[in-house]
Amino acid sequence: MSIIAAENITIRHGARIVLKDVSMSISEREIVTIVGPNGSGKTTLLRALIGSQPLTQGSIRRASNLRTGYVPQGLHVDPALPITVARFLSLPRRHDAGTIKEVLSQSGADGLQNRALSELSGGQLQRVLLARALLGRPQLLLLDEPTTGLDQPGSAAFYRRIESLRQEIGCAVLLVSHELHVVMSASDRVICLNGHVCCEGQPDAVASAPEYRALFGSGTGGALALYRHDHDHFHDHSQH
Amino acid sequence: MIIFTTIPNTRMLDDFLIRAFLAGIGTALVAAPLGCFVVWRRMAYFSDATAHSAMLGIAIAVALQVSPAWGALLTALAIAMALTVFSGRTIASDTVLGVFAHGALAAGIIATTLLPGRRIDLEALLFGDILTVSRFDLALIWIGAALVLPFFVWRWNALLTATLDPDLARASGLRPEREQMGLTFALAVVIAISIEVIGVLLIGALLVIPAAAARPLVKTPEQMVLGAFAIGLVSIVGGLQIAAIQNFPAGPTIVCTALICFILTALMARLSQK
Repeated sequence: MSIIAAENITIRHGARIVLKDVSMSISEREIVTIVGPNGSGKTTLLRALIGSQPLTQGSIRRASNLRTGYVPQGLHVDPALPITVARFLSLPRRHDAGTIKEVLSQSGADGLQNRALSELSGGQLQRVLLARALLGRPQLLLLDEPTTGLDQPGSAAFYRRIESLRQEIGCAVLLVSHELHVVMSASDRVICLNGHVCCEGQPDAVASAPEYRALFGSGTGGALALYRHDHDHFHDHSQH
Repeated sequence: MIIFTTIPNTRMLDDFLIRAFLAGIGTALVAAPLGCFVVWRRMAYFSDATAHSAMLGIAIAVALQVSPAWGALLTALAIAMALTVFSGRTIASDTVLGVFAHGALAAGIIATTLLPGRRIDLEALLFGDILTVSRFDLALIWIGAALVLPFFVWRWNALLTATLDPDLARASGLRPEREQMGLTFALAVVIAISIEVIGVLLIGALLVIPAAAARPLVKTPEQMVLGAFAIGLVSIVGGLQIAAIQNFPAGPTIVCTALICFILTALMARLSQK
């Protein structure tokens, strides 16, 4: 049963059509990854799903009272604004110290409560943003390029954390990423986007689909080998 | 404080000086929270240009024989509206601001010369004339404060969230555009009520400098507002005293006092880092 669905949505920015007739849905406890090149409308689709992007056509259907948690693509914190991690997590609604400690620990950011938000490293800030998304006990977690600025072991660890969070709190996850090789192993389903849905399905099926190959070429083949243990892609690789 | 003891007691009781202090306190009270948001949201140019544009509204208000504060309030709101209408993908909002706010300032200055007789004291409008604050002006300042302060208390957490990130605010069910609009209204009110105290040219300084001076001393947003209020108050009261003794223009003396506070706290921060 799907908890959120985009139905034939079209979004324009001025004269440019960013998304054309896109339909997709996410089921309970499912991890879905949207991949696509730069400018393919990934972030726009995510923003449409959380309701901060007006639709030109189509509609977004959500399960009633769906609790979502949104992790933005980084956050620029102006050092002029003095604010601690704990206070940041208590905005706009206050949460008690116990809850804050718990979500920080769930997202691997233990002990950061009293640090100034603007002084965190990229990885620490990303985990704090994840903790913030967990505060609302989400049934759906939406993450926009969550590993921007992290090194490869850092991103791999972040995705493992997402996977174990799904086990722990039972939420569905929608990820937007360009790091196909790392993301795919954790995903139930991959949607390949380029203004429209090019192809979708299980990670393996998408990775070998001609539409996907046309967009990304076979350049990721080598990187895939680093993170995946089934090597059947090398055959596809030589065919290309 | 040496400044206080050098003032003869009789002078302190002078009605106009008491009115000036009360006006200054009221202005510092509203300038503190607004000034912090101006600093956090990088609205320094917005607040400055909007304040300058008030000149046009003041000239029109004088011509219509209504309080200049109304003119200033309405121009500030009109400029904010022009921003949302004219800024888009090809023109950034601060360019639109530069076009309209400075256009309004220029038109305002022409308008002041068109008014018959010497009905507008240009210098008083540009630099303020806190020593001539009337009971009516004083009432206006405190009514403005009574409008703006509850707004900040009411919307405090929402404003902070929207300032950190509009998308995060939306994800928390807030409407950041509304918070932005609220801030614009607050700015318009603060500009309108502080013209008498500090003048059109230096309102931006009264917003930005105390908040910036408070920053090195604080660890939370609330402390920064309190710090900005304290520094704003010291600047206004201290600046007024110095201006009265030295016969300096009041507005610029207030701003220079704030500037000294800024330099002091910035130096303190530098030294404590080493």
